[in-house]
Amino acid sequence: MSDAMHELGELIASTRQECVRSWDVTHGELNIDVALSNIVPFVEWLKTNPNCRFSSLVDITAVDYPGRKKRFDVVYHFLSMYQNQRIRLRLQVREEDMVPSIVSVHPSANWFEREVFDMFGILFSGHPDLRRILTDYGFRGYPLRKDFPTTGYTEVRYDEAQKRVVYEPVSLVQEYRQFDFMSPWEGAEYILPGDEKKEEAS
Amino acid sequence: MMDGSKGFDDALTGEQKIRNFNINFGPQHPAAHGVLRLVLELDGEVVERCDPHIGLLHRGTEKLMESRTYLQNLPYFDRLDYVAPMNQEHAWCLAIEKLCKVEVPRRASLIRVLYSEIGRVLNHLLNVTTQAMDVGALTPPLWGFEEREKLMIFYERACGARLHAAYFRPGGVHQDLPDDLLDDIEEWTHTFPNVLDDLDGLLTENRIFKQRNADIGIVTEEEILEWGFSGVMVRGSGLAWDLRRAQPYECYDEFDFQIPVGKNGDCYDRYLCRMAEMRESVKIIRQAIAKLREATGDVLARGKLTPPKRGEMKTSMEALIHHFKLYTEGFHVPEGEVYCAVEAPKGEFGVYLVADGSNKPYRAKLRAPGFLHLQAMDHVAGGHQLADVAAIIGTMDVVFGEIDR
Repeated sequence: MSDAMHELGELIASTRQECVRSWDVTHGELNIDVALSNIVPFVEWLKTNPNCRFSSLVDITAVDYPGRKKRFDVVYHFLSMYQNQRIRLRLQVREEDMVPSIVSVHPSANWFEREVFDMFGILFSGHPDLRRILTDYGFRGYPLRKDFPTTGYTEVRYDEAQKRVVYEPVSLVQEYRQFDFMSPWEGAEYILPGDEKKEEAS
Repeated sequence: MMDGSKGFDDALTGEQKIRNFNINFGPQHPAAHGVLRLVLELDGEVVERCDPHIGLLHRGTEKLMESRTYLQNLPYFDRLDYVAPMNQEHAWCLAIEKLCKVEVPRRASLIRVLYSEIGRVLNHLLNVTTQAMDVGALTPPLWGFEEREKLMIFYERACGARLHAAYFRPGGVHQDLPDDLLDDIEEWTHTFPNVLDDLDGLLTENRIFKQRNADIGIVTEEEILEWGFSGVMVRGSGLAWDLRRAQPYECYDEFDFQIPVGKNGDCYDRYLCRMAEMRESVKIIRQAIAKLREATGDVLARGKLTPPKRGEMKTSMEALIHHFKLYTEGFHVPEGEVYCAVEAPKGEFGVYLVADGSNKPYRAKLRAPGFLHLQAMDHVAGGHQLADVAAIIGTMDVVFGEIDR
């Protein structure tokens, strides 16, 4: 299985040198890092090339790394029912970048791209209908970014006086508890107020 | 001439000339199988455009998962597709095990197969019978839910909960099965085919059922690829694609079962596929029980991922510390990213897990089959009549727990 995967990786990397920035096989899965501008022709090539035939789109998602300059990873998963192979494409994207939409190649990308837009605020150029999909009508913010609080910013309740649902800023009866169970021997960094000696010592 | 043969255009204002009719289907419609809101544009009784509005059941599972440990995240999977909970847990466990490179003991693996198949029957029973209800039959759900009840009791006897099981754990399953439970499940496999025959007798040759389902919602091979279908939506059109066979996980490769496929790819063929799949699942369940009787042994891969035995905890300090640390801090998963998929009853359910070496997932994406199926609603339902929309939603097997996440 992984031999075939290495071969496939070699093949893709050698025939589409301009698209593939790097590739590897880890945990028995083929990963390919792709340059942003080449994604659409590359996906189309993967779909039509007889050795690949990655004709089913499995998933599109993103991962947020706030510390990086290119903040997001957009991740595509494809499946070839004919070659019985899977492939993962990764795309590094800056916050202000527009990602070319692959809806023209895979119509099923439509909702996935809407979801990525909804959750991360990544814009897709050429998408026919880039609306929010999972969040509330009129929702603001991008929930799956790491700097979005888990509790959100607004909460709703039914107001008996106004006879309708009202939106209010979140007020928590008890602070949202984010416990840190990490062992101090395994790299947890504790900030102890008034512990200046530690800094002096180091 | 006053018979209208020359039309009444002159009397119509601009507003009256708009003939298409927009209606809201749901979110509180019994045939919407949950909280689906469809905005339908109708030309007479024919659907011109269908815009599904989803997200009414969005709970932010993926966001919540980022702030919880791997073990605490497991119960969220029961709440995705709540019709067949354990199949989802399975994908999560497989992803963690793949990253940690943990080998699951044989008995645990067999139990997982057994309960995954019970989950498949649970799901198909619900789907087939409620779809029949959507097209006008009332008896099938009453009969089907009786069997579902029995299966949920098997769930309960294994893990204590009828629906939200939290039974599959990274490294195995939570607790061993008692022998009399295996006996009872086996007894059930002998009575269940009769129930299937009864359902068959009610539906398969039923004229109304056939008229409502045959040639409705036809899906071709090209459409399958275009819209990323999986599961019965693929097999109903004649492609024998099943992850249990194509990319075997767990110990499915040693089981003997057929993959039923349809011919025409319409709602009726998908119904037949589901019925046949239930019979195949019963076959797998029987084989799994026979194998389980021989494979005695541990059900958890003892190590960092799993708790120590109760007896050990009473005697060994190390075991006690391990138990405490496991249930507070949780285990650490090595850095890396994996995608693990299982053949859930509805299709390919996958988990894309990005781990950063800590005790919480950095990012987990849940890939629900229903999401893609519902997306194609506009494509599949377009040109059909309004009444067929209910039949198509039913056959797509959507559950909003997993679509909205």
